[in-house]
Amino acid sequence: MTRDLGEVLQPSRRRFLGTTASLAGGLVIACFVPFGRGRLFAQEGAAPATAAMDPNAFVRIGRDNTITILIKHSEMGQGVATSLPMVVAEELDCDWSKVRMENAPNAQVYANSAFGIQGTGGSTSTLESFDQMRQAGAMARAMLVEAAAQKWKVDVSACQTENGFVISGAHKASYGELADAAAKLKAPAKVTLKDPSKWTLIGKPTRRIDSLSKVTGTAGFGMDVKRPGLLTGVIARAPVFGGKVKSFDATKAKAVPGVVDVVQVPSGIAVLAEHFWAAKKGRDALQIDWDLGDGTKLSTVAMRADYRQRAKASGAIAKQAGDVDSALKAASKRIEAEYEVPFLAHAPMEPLNCTVEIGKDGCEIWTGTQFQGVDQGVVAQILGIKPEQVKIHTQFLGGGFGRRANPHSDFIAEAVNVAKAANKPVKIVWTREDDIHGGYYRPMWLSRFSAALGADGKPSAWSHTVVGQSIMAGTPFAAFSIKDGIDSTSVEGSADSPYLAAIPAHRVDLHTPESPIPVLWWRSVGHSHTGFVMESFVDELAHAAKIDPLEYHRKLLPAESRNLRALELAAKSFGWGKPLPKGHAAGLAAHESFGSHVAHVAEVSVEKGKIRVHRVVCAIDCGPVVNPLTIEAQMQSAIAFGLSAALHSEITFKDGQVEQNNFNDYVVLRIDEMPKVEVHIVPSTEKMGGVGEPGLPPIAPAVANAVFALTGKRLRKLPLTLA
Amino acid sequence: MKLDINGREQEVDATDDMPLLWVLRDVVGLTGTKFGCGIAQCGACTVHVDGSPIRSCVTPASALVGKRITTIESLGLDGSHPVQRAWIEHDVVQCGYCQSGQIMSAVALLKVTPKPTDADIDAAMAGNICRCGTYQRIRSAVHRAAELSEENHHDA
Repeated sequence: MTRDLGEVLQPSRRRFLGTTASLAGGLVIACFVPFGRGRLFAQEGAAPATAAMDPNAFVRIGRDNTITILIKHSEMGQGVATSLPMVVAEELDCDWSKVRMENAPNAQVYANSAFGIQGTGGSTSTLESFDQMRQAGAMARAMLVEAAAQKWKVDVSACQTENGFVISGAHKASYGELADAAAKLKAPAKVTLKDPSKWTLIGKPTRRIDSLSKVTGTAGFGMDVKRPGLLTGVIARAPVFGGKVKSFDATKAKAVPGVVDVVQVPSGIAVLAEHFWAAKKGRDALQIDWDLGDGTKLSTVAMRADYRQRAKASGAIAKQAGDVDSALKAASKRIEAEYEVPFLAHAPMEPLNCTVEIGKDGCEIWTGTQFQGVDQGVVAQILGIKPEQVKIHTQFLGGGFGRRANPHSDFIAEAVNVAKAANKPVKIVWTREDDIHGGYYRPMWLSRFSAALGADGKPSAWSHTVVGQSIMAGTPFAAFSIKDGIDSTSVEGSADSPYLAAIPAHRVDLHTPESPIPVLWWRSVGHSHTGFVMESFVDELAHAAKIDPLEYHRKLLPAESRNLRALELAAKSFGWGKPLPKGHAAGLAAHESFGSHVAHVAEVSVEKGKIRVHRVVCAIDCGPVVNPLTIEAQMQSAIAFGLSAALHSEITFKDGQVEQNNFNDYVVLRIDEMPKVEVHIVPSTEKMGGVGEPGLPPIAPAVANAVFALTGKRLRKLPLTLA
Repeated sequence: MKLDINGREQEVDATDDMPLLWVLRDVVGLTGTKFGCGIAQCGACTVHVDGSPIRSCVTPASALVGKRITTIESLGLDGSHPVQRAWIEHDVVQCGYCQSGQIMSAVALLKVTPKPTDADIDAAMAGNICRCGTYQRIRSAVHRAAELSEENHHDA
């Protein structure tokens, strides 16, 4: 297939987006087709009117030698706006100082090959596009060489590239000089990629390319979008989930200076004003009579009691081998434990927001989203237009952590509904209270374990009952992620645990209660609870068997285990077993998620009844490394995010209402509690894993295990409290 | 009302109760200062008034008439301020949303405490939340900024 060069920059063209039409029907993932790489790059015809060369959808080379890399993944802090350009630049042989990034538009060409649609999540960004970005860089380089060879009338084999130049004997031309000629060429069908031993950029610590904009306050976040005639909207949503507007009186709201309009949408009442402050005051002045339905009956205390009751019996079987019940009954030494983790809000620093303009040709959206491929279908459905008529201008995300990848596109759909009802361009802004109250939480979970210990101290029987809401139920992802009553994300890290293989009788089963509380993936998804419970319980077994926890991991895991390799490196770097300052103790944990294996050793003390984490030594095996600085930052980041959950955060409900409101009572980690983090990378040629999430699951258990080592108290509930 | 923002006196149209944050962002159009919580809990909105850090989300602009308001934009667009340089050198930022506030808090700290210890940094910066967890690099960057400021001083 060949196509016009300009097309990649005009993704609204039907031909390009034909495959996404089914999105409007909600069949988001079912239509997954691994894209053919050749199709993305093949091209012919005249150069576009712009001066820049556009060899493919990912690279633009300007006459001024600027290299612009289009980033198909949303930059939300994870560093993908640096790591993907590094991969392209490696193959392109360009001058790294000339490399810029730009967010890609929404188009199927930018689909995540792991999802089949455009989206950022599951720690997939670098690993899923690594080969694609290499191809893109290599193709662009080949076209520049070809252009030079034609110009100098030499064979391409006589040309080489170096730091943004093509060189052949005495000839030398910059990529910028060759850009126009190269743009007129056909992309080669096949390119040879550099041998990894020749890499000079991949694997080298490389600073972020978005720093300057972020230290000068000029980085464009959704919150900062300015458009002519744009109104700011704040929405009054029901005080309980499932609540509906019975009636409302907007007289006082409309009297607030600056308020322009008040409209009703499915989620509540939107107040539109010239600026945020007027909109918020207008919302405060609204009088709304809510139909709360059954919503006020909701309480997490009651839910916990229900979960505990359910856990007394086995649920749907996720994994089973041998006769577990008999083995447990016959056991001479049996250990039982129950663990709980609460609902959690993502609380990214940038509150949710979305700017919408509806025109006669379609709809334009400016927002920080992780889920362009879903969003365009949802928006099209609301407006009765085609998905290709929805143009999404992805902004920098002020944090995502999963909240900005919503299978219902909640915050985008709502903004579109407001723009439609008001017939005006709007920016909907959530307050922090809206965010904390607004749902899509990490589910509350309860885990019940029963294990028998053999004479060798190793578990001979293992029963694990998990209780918690399904994240995938009711989403377009349910069809392939829920089988036989098991949402695979509910038991990831437990049903597929590397410990089970060596335990003759084992069972992992799942209860999936329903509630009106909307739940969502939260950094590390199911692993955010299974990492904690699995590594805490294994630590319990180690102590019950009177075996050092590191030694116990060696006994339980096969010698070739990558978890174990990470743990050995972390333990050695920490100095496991060596004396610690008085009043300090250490705990360890190792967990695999998203294809990477991470171990943490945490050093804690207790000061005035509060747990203090002084130091965390981390080791990760994520396979080949693109940017060590990114990995280091992501490990620090996941540790901080995980410590917030380990030590502070929880969402609870009473009479249907969320009891927390803002950062005063939804407490997160601050700098004065940040431990010294040391990150080690296991040299590895294994398959590439992700790095955004895998650092999180092992931190809470490492801390809890350290607290046990220090105090003898086994804390089985997050957030950890010694009271 | 008339406000002195980044050395420029300007007439702004705002009600007396409107927080400085929204005057800056929605009236003046300076969006470098961020909204994070609205109740002085996260520090994303930190600016300086007469050189001292304040949370602009809870400070009515009307209370600042006659005072010097300084925002992240005053540090310049080329990233050459010692704190910005240190931030870039130490690869501090991640999502970046909180960093305007972090930087304004750091600038204020270094003015009062040119050679801060880790404990000084933790105390001065504990009002600034970063959900990405860039705290460790913030600490090292503040130390580096202290060095760079001193070098600048010697050069001058």
